[in-house]
Amino acid sequence: MALAILRMIQPPGRIDGGEVRLDGVDLLSLGDEEIRRVRLARIALIPQGSMNALNPVMRIKDQIIDALRDHEIRMSTRERDARVRELLESVGLRSEVAEKFPHELSGGMKQRACIAIAISLRPRVIVADEPTSALDVVVQKQVMETLARVQKDLGASVILVGHDMGLMAQFVDRLGIMYAGKLIEVSPVRQIFTRSLHPYTRMLIASLPSLEQKGTFNGIPGLIPLLRDLPPGCAFHPRCPEAIDRCLTEQPVLREVRPDGWGACHLV
Amino acid sequence: MTTLLEARHATRLFRGGYFDRTSTLALDDFSLAIDGDRPSIIAVVGESGSGKTTLARLLLGLTSPTQGQILYKGQELQTMSRADWHAFRRDVQVIFQDPYGVYNPFYRIDHVLTTPIAKFGLATSKAEARASIDNVLRAVGLRPEETLGRFAHQLSGGQRQRIMVARALLLRPRVILADEPVSMVDASLRATILASLRTMNRDLGISIVYITHDLATAYQISNTIVVLYRGTVVEIGDVELVVKRPQHPYTQLLLSSIPLASPERTWMIEPSAPVATMEIIDHGCKFAGRCPSVAASCREAAPSLFQTDRDRAVACYLYRGAPTVTGDHR
Repeated sequence: MALAILRMIQPPGRIDGGEVRLDGVDLLSLGDEEIRRVRLARIALIPQGSMNALNPVMRIKDQIIDALRDHEIRMSTRERDARVRELLESVGLRSEVAEKFPHELSGGMKQRACIAIAISLRPRVIVADEPTSALDVVVQKQVMETLARVQKDLGASVILVGHDMGLMAQFVDRLGIMYAGKLIEVSPVRQIFTRSLHPYTRMLIASLPSLEQKGTFNGIPGLIPLLRDLPPGCAFHPRCPEAIDRCLTEQPVLREVRPDGWGACHLV
Repeated sequence: MTTLLEARHATRLFRGGYFDRTSTLALDDFSLAIDGDRPSIIAVVGESGSGKTTLARLLLGLTSPTQGQILYKGQELQTMSRADWHAFRRDVQVIFQDPYGVYNPFYRIDHVLTTPIAKFGLATSKAEARASIDNVLRAVGLRPEETLGRFAHQLSGGQRQRIMVARALLLRPRVILADEPVSMVDASLRATILASLRTMNRDLGISIVYITHDLATAYQISNTIVVLYRGTVVEIGDVELVVKRPQHPYTQLLLSSIPLASPERTWMIEPSAPVATMEIIDHGCKFAGRCPSVAASCREAAPSLFQTDRDRAVACYLYRGAPTVTGDHR
């Protein structure tokens, strides 16, 4: 989904239909050159596993400048160096980092360098695809705080993609839950935890090991269906303890069940 | 108390290459004893680079300590007889992190179950072998008829990891070492695998060493927890005490960094801890560079373990008033 928003799906995958609208413009209808200009400038990606996202034989400074140059930002050398320093500082890195190669940095520093590149053109939307999945919890917290701060400074929106419900609970405002390629619930994050609309959401939350009480987590029985071989009706019905006859035949659609609360379940 | 598996002041140093004079202290003076009479679940928690995997490899005899000893039933792994080594290889089993890498893609998964039976002579007939395989597969919640005869790529990560648990069970071991067994498994299946570890401990009397970076699962399944920081034990003891009332500043930092999956926000409120410095500390406390309560004495000599409760010890000068733990803790 993160890649589809940026129109970066690789063949043989392709986008079959629908729209991705940013400020009223459908990104899917843009030409290749136009979408190149939109990426980074208006919508940027913080990739999963920053260690593989940076060029190992380029200094951090040059990788930031590369992006600026590609988007035809003309600056003097001095202005450029100042901009690099400013960007690194805004993600909590010292200006010496500019001269370093990726292998000289720790995982958390590399991930911050990626954030610096992502915000270099002040985008409106930042797509962060599991930005901290390779980091330790202590470093994860620092990186997420950095992301929260630049998000506020830029006034940008962040789409955080991930599987860590704890991270979602602590970071996002609205949360969408996906199952078998579809959104099955979208609600303000507090409501997801207190009054969720979908049985899968509730089971997912119940499957999380808690640090407060012992013995309070349960797995979800059954297996995730294959995307090319989905069960008829609701894709979750074989694993759902609340399934009724209707679930076996009719696929529920995502609809607004309460103000700002969307669910795809026949029971709500 | 009969001690099964024991690490006694185990230290493991990795030297750099021929031209590289630096060396890495992966594990520093680590001691731990697994009691044979009271089967327990011990969790070893730490960030990446804390020495978790080095510890697992040492306890399995896959690598030898630079200093100190690893003992099984009082015999040192490196010098024990062939017969003892054979028995050790059966009694101490391992479940590795990656349920993808452990399978040979050209063999059917039956291979990982029939090989140990042949190697240790666990069955006298094909029928007997098949019966014990069916047994252990059912014990981990798999249906033998749907599992056997398949290739690894036809099974999900959760199924593969459960086969690894079944393989360990097949040998009726005394100790199972589980190195991040659920970190590569889908969240909904984690609970099932952890529950089978707990059942093995409770019903079959197998001691489990659960190595992980995830404090929440460690809290859920273990009785005793060991917190490692850069190869050193910083806090060890009863899991309720360590998780609910952490004493070492590192344990406190680790616990406060965990994003809790609850509707209440606990994050982003207090300012973040100082950024990790890359400062190499040869002597003194390894956490001194990041510690909010650091004092001059912390940089002079490394603190020893102080026994702050009956069931807990902490390696921090903040608790220097408590008695020092002498000899081997627990």
